[in-house]
Amino acid sequence: MTAPILTMTGVTKHFAGVRALVKGELTLYPGEVTALIGENGAGKSTLVKILTGVHHADEGSITLGGEVVRIPSADAANRLGISAIHQEAVVFDDLSVAENIFITERPRRHGMVDWAEMRRQTSKLLAELDPRIDPAMPMRQLSVAQKHLVQIARALSHEARVVIMDEPTAALSHREVAELFTIVHRLKAEGRAILFISHKFDEVFEIADRYAVFRDGAAVGQGLVSDVGRDELITLMVGRSVDQVFPKAVVPIGEELFRVEGLSRGREFADVSFGLRRGEILGVYGLVGAGRSEVMQTIFGLNRADAGTVTLEGRKLVIRSPEDAIDQGLGFVPEDRQISGGILRFSINDNIALPSLSRLAGFGFTRRGEERKLADEYVSQLQIKTSGIAQRLEELSGGNQQKVVIAKWLATHPRVLIMDEPTKGIDVGAKTAVYRLMGEMVAQGLGIIMVTSELPEALGMADRVLVMRRGRVAALFDRVEATAEAIVRAATDA
Amino acid sequence: MRETHSARVGLGTRIGRLPHVVGLGLLTLLLLAAVSFAFPPFLEVDNVKSLLDDTALLIMLAVGEMFVLLTRSVDLSVAANAALTGMVVALFNAAHPGAGMLPVIVIAIVMGAVLGAFNGILVWKLRIPSIVVTLGTLSAYRGLVYIVSGGAWVNSGQMSPMFLGLVRVPILGVSVLSWIGFLVAVAAFLFLRFSVSGRNLYAAGNNPNAAAYAGIDVGRMQFLAFVLSGAIAGLAGYLWVARFAVAYTDVASGFELQVIAACVIGGVSITGGVGGVVGVVLGGLFLGIIKNALPVVGISPFWQMAVSGLVITVAVVLNAGARRHEGRRILEESEAGA
Repeated sequence: MTAPILTMTGVTKHFAGVRALVKGELTLYPGEVTALIGENGAGKSTLVKILTGVHHADEGSITLGGEVVRIPSADAANRLGISAIHQEAVVFDDLSVAENIFITERPRRHGMVDWAEMRRQTSKLLAELDPRIDPAMPMRQLSVAQKHLVQIARALSHEARVVIMDEPTAALSHREVAELFTIVHRLKAEGRAILFISHKFDEVFEIADRYAVFRDGAAVGQGLVSDVGRDELITLMVGRSVDQVFPKAVVPIGEELFRVEGLSRGREFADVSFGLRRGEILGVYGLVGAGRSEVMQTIFGLNRADAGTVTLEGRKLVIRSPEDAIDQGLGFVPEDRQISGGILRFSINDNIALPSLSRLAGFGFTRRGEERKLADEYVSQLQIKTSGIAQRLEELSGGNQQKVVIAKWLATHPRVLIMDEPTKGIDVGAKTAVYRLMGEMVAQGLGIIMVTSELPEALGMADRVLVMRRGRVAALFDRVEATAEAIVRAATDA
Repeated sequence: MRETHSARVGLGTRIGRLPHVVGLGLLTLLLLAAVSFAFPPFLEVDNVKSLLDDTALLIMLAVGEMFVLLTRSVDLSVAANAALTGMVVALFNAAHPGAGMLPVIVIAIVMGAVLGAFNGILVWKLRIPSIVVTLGTLSAYRGLVYIVSGGAWVNSGQMSPMFLGLVRVPILGVSVLSWIGFLVAVAAFLFLRFSVSGRNLYAAGNNPNAAAYAGIDVGRMQFLAFVLSGAIAGLAGYLWVARFAVAYTDVASGFELQVIAACVIGGVSITGGVGGVVGVVLGGLFLGIIKNALPVVGISPFWQMAVSGLVITVAVVLNAGARRHEGRRILEESEAGA
């Protein structure tokens, strides 16, 4: 067996007292792909940021090629030959492809940036990856897959020994994934070590030689992929059985409550139709960038539709703004809790009351007493852990923040609640609490539209799963016929 | 990942793709044609020279401001910096008329750079938003003008003939002042295009997060931008005082707003990372022509300020319209056309 190229031992990292990584262990071998597996918040991204010099470990050591190394900066990581391909394209949209590749070491002549040389080297690097990419193109014009290729070219330009791929397939089509894997095989053959982060077990079994599983910031298992089964990996990753994570409530499904018909908007999505029944959780699954959030934002009045109708309880809705949507019985829990969902510096009280202010107001004046009563009511009903409703949202844990955001919408008494990635970035325990809450809400006759990128969540919580692909509805599955394979195929097949 | 951002496509960040700059160039020519049609003497040699001298100062300051805007910051203190530096060099010249011009120019540039570095340090090390920092130093620097001068003017009679004359020396029919403005613009162009620091200014403003991953210190880039902006403002301070042959407390008062307007008209994004020297030069010329034309085409002085403000607003709106948010492209291309 060959010697490992990179070993991390006992790597620990805290953020403001919260531990993100505890004694992280990781071993990478040259010419092998190691899959890094874990749920959101398991510590994967912290690990990657330590390896790429963006964060610094509090404790622990990193050995690269037999020597103990320190990675004080992103620059140092590059010089050591550690390069990352990030999922959320960490690129410069308004700079050219060539400059994106050579951003850390632009070729120079007489001290001046040598553009001709930069373009020449870029063409050479891209010739084997994707000759259709013009080095002079601004990055903005590339597809997500092409942006990944440019980042791979960046890694190659550094002669990277360790290439980290952070969910590189999250937004790619089937064909693009196959093309990417061809390149991964090439990188392997060249003796580079690859750390491959993915949620998708199919991919792990297809491409990886080894696995490393993280849970709640700690390494919980590693070994050869050939020695392990899918269920074992899932159990390692989740640390509990699927039933405990998804407490799906048995709720009688009623008549149709809400219907979207032929909704289209510009180049974002076309001809989207679906119905939602009373007491139902409709899962909306798709790859990142499939247009799911865009559809929901349009339904909620954040954007205008070009065509299509929205009806609630048989009544056609005219929604020109979120204000209209709220008035007519819709609620929206957005994806990015900390940016769109809640106002971090406001108190819990102010956050919960925000969309209900006009309802609570008397003669145009807000009524603080009523607002506090409302907040108290929901804090106890949703069991939000807080020192009091005057506490600021930013002081709560992620799960409790999400409960506040949900409370804020429940307080408007919606008939239909749209939840975009309702458990993104919160820990497993808090997830289960949110799922229970969803069960209680539908039991009261609400309909929930749950946008999710997590397959287990779609399978575990949804009564039906609507799959979107490239701005269109690709399939609709009943709970009984919804399998992981069928959903993923519908979401990715071109 | 799913945030929507406006499509700021290729606004002069690359040579060879300059739609905005071409549009602005045509607009400027159109404006020039309209003005000279209404008032033919506008294109006479003396008037054009004076127009160039006026806009040289605006363009220099706007180029400095652009460095700062590229890094997602703003420098409101440029005009106050110029006023303070101009006053200091005028006082120095009055006290040591025999010292020659070299010390004057060195003092102007170094002092301007130090004042800029003060802004930059606060933004870089203390992470105070630049608008807050420079709103403070805008008043502080202006206040220092009163303190160093005691509120008194430095008149042309107290300045040495060299001090006054240098900016007026014609080279190939154009004054040294205009040449300096031109050289600053060319140097800035080369710096932004061919130096690593210049390129990193774009990177830092275009995506600070990605810049951090690439090992670019965003704060240090902001500091550099403020130093450059300050140095240019200092030089402009001397040039201003010499051109108008007087230094007083209200020199260039409020001029920072025109400087920022020139940048915005020139296609520099207020949100950072997008913009270029060619656009800023055209933006400065555009504003300069309007300012010089309004009095001569017979618009009442009462109306001039409002009209020039209106024209600036229209130019900015047109500019913004060109980069209107057009939504994401998700549907496949073949379908999208249908």
